[in-house]
Amino acid sequence: MKDWKYWVAEQRGTLFAFATFVVMFTIYVSNHPAGFTANVVQTAANKGVLLAFVAMAQALVVITAGIDLSVGMIFILTNCLASWIVVGTPLETALGIVGVLLAGLACGAVNGLIVIYGRLQPIVTTIATGAIYFGIALLLRPFPGGSVNEDLADFLTGKIWGVIPVSLVALVVVVLVVWVPFSRSVMGRAAYATGSSEAAAYMSAMPIRRAKFLTYTLAGLLAGIGGLFLTFFTYTGEAALASGNAYTLFSIAAVVLGGISLYGGTGSAIGAVFGALAFRAIGDLLFVFDLDPLWQPLFQGVVLLIAVSLGAFGLLRVRNKLDWFT
Amino acid sequence: MSRAGPLFRMEGVSKRYGGVRALDGAELTVNAGQIHGILGENGAGKSTLIKIMSGVVEPDEGQMVLDGKEIAFASPAAANDAGIVCVFQELSLIPHLSVADNIVISNPPKRFGMIDRKKQRAIAEEALARAGAADIHPLALVKDLPLSRRQMVEIAKALARKPRILILDEATSALTASDVSKVFDVLKRLREEGLALLYISHRMHEIAELADVCTVFRNGSNVASFATGTKSGNEIVELMIGREYKNVFPPKTPPVPSERPPVVECRRLGWADQLKDISISVRAGEVVGLGGLDGQGQRELLLALFGVLRGLNGEVLVGGKPVRIGSPRQAKRDEIGMALIPEDRKTEGLLLPMSVRDNLSFAALDHVSHGGVIDGAAEKSRIDKMIRLLAIKTAGTDIPAGALSGGNQQKIVIAKWLMNQPRIILLNDPTRGIDVGTKQEIYQLLRKLADEGAAIIFYSTDYDELIGCCDRVLVMYDGGIRRELAGEEITEHALIASALNVEERGAGQAEVAGA
Repeated sequence: MKDWKYWVAEQRGTLFAFATFVVMFTIYVSNHPAGFTANVVQTAANKGVLLAFVAMAQALVVITAGIDLSVGMIFILTNCLASWIVVGTPLETALGIVGVLLAGLACGAVNGLIVIYGRLQPIVTTIATGAIYFGIALLLRPFPGGSVNEDLADFLTGKIWGVIPVSLVALVVVVLVVWVPFSRSVMGRAAYATGSSEAAAYMSAMPIRRAKFLTYTLAGLLAGIGGLFLTFFTYTGEAALASGNAYTLFSIAAVVLGGISLYGGTGSAIGAVFGALAFRAIGDLLFVFDLDPLWQPLFQGVVLLIAVSLGAFGLLRVRNKLDWFT
Repeated sequence: MSRAGPLFRMEGVSKRYGGVRALDGAELTVNAGQIHGILGENGAGKSTLIKIMSGVVEPDEGQMVLDGKEIAFASPAAANDAGIVCVFQELSLIPHLSVADNIVISNPPKRFGMIDRKKQRAIAEEALARAGAADIHPLALVKDLPLSRRQMVEIAKALARKPRILILDEATSALTASDVSKVFDVLKRLREEGLALLYISHRMHEIAELADVCTVFRNGSNVASFATGTKSGNEIVELMIGREYKNVFPPKTPPVPSERPPVVECRRLGWADQLKDISISVRAGEVVGLGGLDGQGQRELLLALFGVLRGLNGEVLVGGKPVRIGSPRQAKRDEIGMALIPEDRKTEGLLLPMSVRDNLSFAALDHVSHGGVIDGAAEKSRIDKMIRLLAIKTAGTDIPAGALSGGNQQKIVIAKWLMNQPRIILLNDPTRGIDVGTKQEIYQLLRKLADEGAAIIFYSTDYDELIGCCDRVLVMYDGGIRRELAGEEITEHALIASALNVEERGAGQAEVAGA
């Protein structure tokens, strides 16, 4: 086999997510009354990046064969925090942003410490910490309100040269600054190794604990970036339980759609980003087909099932049934 | 390559696990430029010895000296740094990472803090070439490689760490004969380069060919060290088991009359390009061996009969009637009565964290339940019978299967299927990596089952087993049956010659390649 074939085999999940996104987005745009215009792309981008950040957070943890059910709540908590501190002069705003990101980082670090040193199951740990983070969010914002530096918010939700959505640029920058170095570092490799076979990783003297800790912490940071952008889009903070839960569950859907195995060890956060954008496009299809919004959850579920089944099509070609389980 | 003192010495090392003494005052001296064979039954302390040397566990007492300096390892990484690298019997590769990722895993080359993929690939290619496995692509994912290739990657990975002492624990048990000879060449070259090699194997003829000196372990202590060739095979085995060693293989029964109808038969069986036009028949009371190099379709043939493969050509007959077996569930039904003892007991045979009882009764639940409710008394009586029949050493039926020794785990896998009283028994290399004593018990069990009327198809990578156990041997090559050997024709010479697909007159070459 040629080198590129090995590459394709390794990136199959990510490529599938990309293809799904292209198909969904093409259907969406070609049926949109306004067509493929900068404004349509901007709206889609602004809707999509929020889930994309949270899905990236989820992806990091899932790669280590863990799961983080608190990402949606970190997202909400940082939104509420940002609605207090990301205001005022440019310097105050900048300090506020740093504060919000540190808060996200801290939430993730707490998850990591409990999972690693408390030896608790990630699923239980993050249900509990998620409830705590939401509780803090409620204390910060018992009622929706607050504000955000509007100049910055308008810039980050607008377009560069009237064409490129800034939120999309921000997403690409985060991928380049957080994901790419991580995936190519020893820690990143240790994260994959842990998800693939923790015993083998241990025997190979890999830094399992540090890698896990780093993934949970980075997940907190990414969810925090998501929460920050939520504030820029809504100009307020709101401790919305339904929204937090929805983002947590959608992040898992996006990760699966993005070709990341819930058993760990495979996939990439870039796949999760496309998974998230595709998932959002699915949700928006109803709008362009002018159907009753009541149908949205049902429709979204059906399209998600179909997309995930297409990804599993390879199983039908398997001639040795034992390959189903590997 | 002699030096002033030994490269490594271990004195009075002991290790206790709970109440069990795994190692008891063990001594070992390792010299540079030598291959040191370590022999002993499972449970003799070999694994513990290796784990201590490679930093996986710390000894309770005793000392280790490397280059005249006393040492202690806190982790496998510390042992690596000191130059002691182990190729483990339990594979330590990460399935979802590429071959190159795995080879450099403990110390990847870095550039600007990130892994340098170009350099990584160069290192991997060099290590694979040194291990004699240059045909493995460095970008292939480990999970897509067959077991024997993975083992080669494992060896390449060890070599990439530039060891001074290389420990090989049953490193050849998953290898094909041609890989074994390549690995032997590599090991001999490493010896020339001045490395010290510790070679642990259950295969006596490998030790005889390779090792300069041997140390035999028994019950956690070293009982004898001697230069290879100064003791006979029988003397060594007696040292290992501490009693006289005879009748490894049970006596063969007279050939089954050829007019007896076959229990299981397949005609012109084909699957993908891995099984070609295979026709075999096995009668009740026969033990039929599958021979040949590893990976010539033996495993696939067993899986095909057991209903695991889809898209088969040809037909399978059981008791003279054509059958279609679509899954292991159908295969085990009473009207077919088939059982498969799988190769990889950890993933396909046992559920390690579950109890011995649960593992034993999984395949037989239909027989001990009424209307979906398990009859505890019936289950217990069957389980007790199996534990007695196979002499499984377990502290009880409630302890997890993973806590038993390798030999006893394998007995559970076999016992689990015998609970159904199958009449067709397929075995896929059932004695790989288990000790002489347990092997002997398994051979006797096979003969007993055959005498009671079972038809047995037995794939083994160990030629001695095929010679000692089988009434007939079908040698496979490239997905087809290359040759059928019966009775006196089953000799090591004939097995190797047909496995390598050479004519008898070329057998001199075959001897070299297969030795």
